[in-house]
Amino acid sequence: MTEVYVVGVDMIKFGRFPDRTVPSLGAEAALMALDDAGLTLKDMQALYCGNLGEAGAMVGQRVLREIGQTGIPVVNVANACATGATAFREGFAAIKAGMYDVVLCVGVEQMGKGLLGGGGGGAGIPIEGLLGSGTMPSVFAHVGMEHTRKYGTTFEQFAKVSVKNHHHSTLNPKAMYQIETPLQEVMGAEMISYPNTKLMCSVNVDGSAAAVLVSESAAKRLGLMSRAVRVRASAMTSDPYTPRNLVMPDFNAVTRLAAKDAYEQAGLGPEDVNLVELHDCFATAEIVHYENLGLCADGEGGRLIDTGETALGGRVPVNVSGGLLSKGHPLGATGIANIYEVTTHLRGEAGKRQVEGAKIGLTHVVGMGSACAIHVLEKVN
Amino acid sequence: MPETETAKPLPVVPFLKIPEGGEPYLEGYKCGHCGEIFLGQRLVCAACGTRGQMQAVKLADKGKLYNFTVVHRNFPGVPVPFISAIVDLDGGGTVKGNLVDMVPSPEAIKFDMPVNVVFRDAGRKDKDGNSYLAYFFTPAT
Repeated sequence: MTEVYVVGVDMIKFGRFPDRTVPSLGAEAALMALDDAGLTLKDMQALYCGNLGEAGAMVGQRVLREIGQTGIPVVNVANACATGATAFREGFAAIKAGMYDVVLCVGVEQMGKGLLGGGGGGAGIPIEGLLGSGTMPSVFAHVGMEHTRKYGTTFEQFAKVSVKNHHHSTLNPKAMYQIETPLQEVMGAEMISYPNTKLMCSVNVDGSAAAVLVSESAAKRLGLMSRAVRVRASAMTSDPYTPRNLVMPDFNAVTRLAAKDAYEQAGLGPEDVNLVELHDCFATAEIVHYENLGLCADGEGGRLIDTGETALGGRVPVNVSGGLLSKGHPLGATGIANIYEVTTHLRGEAGKRQVEGAKIGLTHVVGMGSACAIHVLEKVN
Repeated sequence: MPETETAKPLPVVPFLKIPEGGEPYLEGYKCGHCGEIFLGQRLVCAACGTRGQMQAVKLADKGKLYNFTVVHRNFPGVPVPFISAIVDLDGGGTVKGNLVDMVPSPEAIKFDMPVNVVFRDAGRKDKDGNSYLAYFFTPAT
């Protein structure tokens, strides 16, 4: 099978654009990614479009109405917070299968403010707050508290994740926020669901990101190898059965299964990874994913944040983009925005937040329900 | 006006059973092949995939606190703070619910603390005015 390369990738600056539409946001990123590759829509053989909020409304086709209706096949993808990564993976798979050799992948989301989750349930009355809580901050508070239960991880350690990622975002002009948040400010912010304060919850924003994927022969034919980044692994899992999973979503098992597959596909291990963009939808999540991705041994996640090993300049910088916590989390765009971040570092084009000498990067998203997608990207030149 | 106060409350979720003349309880389904216990009725075991072996079982009204969070922000109309708790029931089955009758403070709540399952009015009615019976956890002393 052919190798698959990212030859164009970009994202818009995440923010709040209530006057825009989902297709117009998606179109903007699509054009930016095409420009980055030096290609046009006429070169694209298929479009894979990820969006959650308007999943029933043909977002990919509406993007093409904004930028050119060439008649190419469009696949619209929805997979919770793994939506963007799933669209990317579908494009990857089609090239691997030899169906196409140049495709466009777009992830886009327009979001309101406020709590997500907590719906569904009872026969005739809402059960949120009656039979526990199913809001996203609560679900991921439970994730963190399970780590606390096992290893004694503290509120302060979880809070340090947010301090780190907010700091990183001050170096990323495309992040929603560029604001330092000292530890006392994070811990003293409004408590949402213990131990997640407001500053430990990802930001609901509007955003879009896009990538152009090509086969090896197309990369050479089009003269695009000089800035190409190789997709060395694309792994996806659904949640395997684990006890309590149906009551308390288990984001650990689904991630571990995907990580194992991704490292096997790539033929390398976590010790070979130079930077990671992982799914820090809440500060509590980042610590458990350190262990799920093998960045440290089980039980060492709290120590990893304490020692600064995951900060820019550390052994394995995590979420140097600012992460979902500060860059923002437009659900359908997040997976491709992660690809943009890692690709930018592998190209050596990340400016002030550049992870020096980065050769291998890993992206991870997990969508509740659950879906996990991990990609391993490799510098070519 | 017709008097409706004597109308039987409805179960808040299908796995809460209110037997005629008996005490309410939570119902699980147990796989005859692997022994895994699930909340509510199902046809196939999600753990091992075995078909036709799921049997209804009455779940215990005691258990241990596996996990919790104290919720301070919720949707309008939901009283906060409250404790969202995940409880492993004695004999099998895991349930999420509110832990009540104690201070909603992380310092006061202990992992593995024994709890009882109690059944009380949900405190919420549907648009037709029906009352609902809900389950809660209380500290077992």
